[in-house]
Amino acid sequence: MAAPLSVEVEFGGGAELLFDGVKKHQVTLPGQEAPWDIRSLLVWIKKNLLRERPDLFIQGDSVRPGILVLINDADWELLGELDYQLQDQDSVLFISTLHGG
Amino acid sequence: MLWQVLEGLSRNSAKQLRFLPGVVYVEEGAACGRSPEDRAETLAEVQATLHSAGLPWHSVALEEVFGLPPSVLRHLSQEPAAGDGAYKEAVNGFIQRQQVLGTQGASDSPSPVLREGQPSPQGPVRPPPAAQTEALVRLFSSVRTLTAKEELLQTLRTHLLLHVARTHGYSKVMMGDSCTRLAIKLLTNLALGRGAFLAWDTGFSDERHGDVVVVRPMREHTLKEVAFYNRLFTVPTVLTPTISTKAPEKASIHRLMEAFVLQLQAQFPSTVSTVYRTSEKLVKAPRAGQAPSHSSPHCLLCLCTLDVDCADSATAFGAQATLVLPQRQPPNPQAEMPTAPGGPPALGRDQSCCRETGPSQRAHLSSLPREGPRPHVLEQLCYGCRVNMKDLSSLDPLPPYILSEAQLRSHRAQVTQEIQEFLIEDSEEELETGLS
Repeated sequence: MAAPLSVEVEFGGGAELLFDGVKKHQVTLPGQEAPWDIRSLLVWIKKNLLRERPDLFIQGDSVRPGILVLINDADWELLGELDYQLQDQDSVLFISTLHGG
Repeated sequence: MLWQVLEGLSRNSAKQLRFLPGVVYVEEGAACGRSPEDRAETLAEVQATLHSAGLPWHSVALEEVFGLPPSVLRHLSQEPAAGDGAYKEAVNGFIQRQQVLGTQGASDSPSPVLREGQPSPQGPVRPPPAAQTEALVRLFSSVRTLTAKEELLQTLRTHLLLHVARTHGYSKVMMGDSCTRLAIKLLTNLALGRGAFLAWDTGFSDERHGDVVVVRPMREHTLKEVAFYNRLFTVPTVLTPTISTKAPEKASIHRLMEAFVLQLQAQFPSTVSTVYRTSEKLVKAPRAGQAPSHSSPHCLLCLCTLDVDCADSATAFGAQATLVLPQRQPPNPQAEMPTAPGGPPALGRDQSCCRETGPSQRAHLSSLPREGPRPHVLEQLCYGCRVNMKDLSSLDPLPPYILSEAQLRSHRAQVTQEIQEFLIEDSEEELETGLS
């Protein structure tokens, strides 16, 4: 049983347009059985934060190619991508490099 | 797009000793259907950001393409003397136009001539005239596909940049294209039928305009590097929605190619660099059997040397020509009359048209029959631009400078032809008199 986590989720490069134009979201993830990783965070974001056109942000169970993910200012590719286990007070940043956001 | 420019900017400031950069921001909100309030807000943000950079900067609205002189589309030779003259002509034309606009009470262009190297004394930028905005919206709404819209936007933006660079005396235009974007652009242009100009469109430097060279200094960096750089150095960025924002993946060839390249890149991390390296190997060679001369015809829109071979009708172009043919038949025979080659009345009209420049000519143009300009414009486009223009329901909403230049060019060709006929006759007569 994982305890509730407080995580800062940030969007940039146009990705925020899909989230009502709000860049920074301070969110509290509820406690659940399995530990929180990026994969489950994405599902949670899709359900709770995403306002429109989920296909422009999420593809399959990952983010769309062209959207960079930084966890605590480090490339997520260094941290195991979807399998990275979130810690309390982590910050996750999504930057869209797609043309026109 | 913008943050790359800004990133380039932060690099520029370190090199200020070597050259004096200026920043141009092309405001294209109208093409995307944004409200004036939104645009003003974005513009203010951009201005604040640019101002803090301390470089001279110019902000132009995309609407200003409707006030451009036709000389923008002319290829200026690299010889300094000739280039200077033509450039001065262009500047004078521009200033005159501005004065005309000013006396008419319309708001003038918000780009005062700046002395290089000085921080901009530019005041608050006035919004472009509503009539121009309307014309721009009309132009873009007459384009049927997003692909063509994006291409058109790119073309108009290039013309505007070229114009700003010329009027302000810059010899180089630096674009913010990154390696990722160029790889996407390469494949997109291939798909759009612009394969002949790949080396110009995606190479490091682009000399097609003659006096103003377009360079792409950011082409060694991937988008990811740029994004991380911006993040780590907290480069201020302003986000501007573009024409394709929130568009689905298959909305245009540009979008589709972007998704395709990035998807491949996700699985094979060397995709982008491979495509990009390929673009580096392309050589800007003139067509086989053609000397690289300035007099060879150039595409009216992208200003590349024309790649269309009229004699070779078995190609895709042949099919295109037959497609265009029905449109050339005017609803009434009167409409085609003036464009028919030869005949004294047509000649008289040509001369008057060549002499006239400026607003009077534009008025003259607008009085032309609807179907009149179309064949002329299409004949002067390269294959890629022709395909693109097919998606335009009518050519009327195009900015006047394109139409008038097209008109000028076709008249020039016509007159040249007529003169040639006379020349041959003359020489024959001379020959006869000489013999007798």
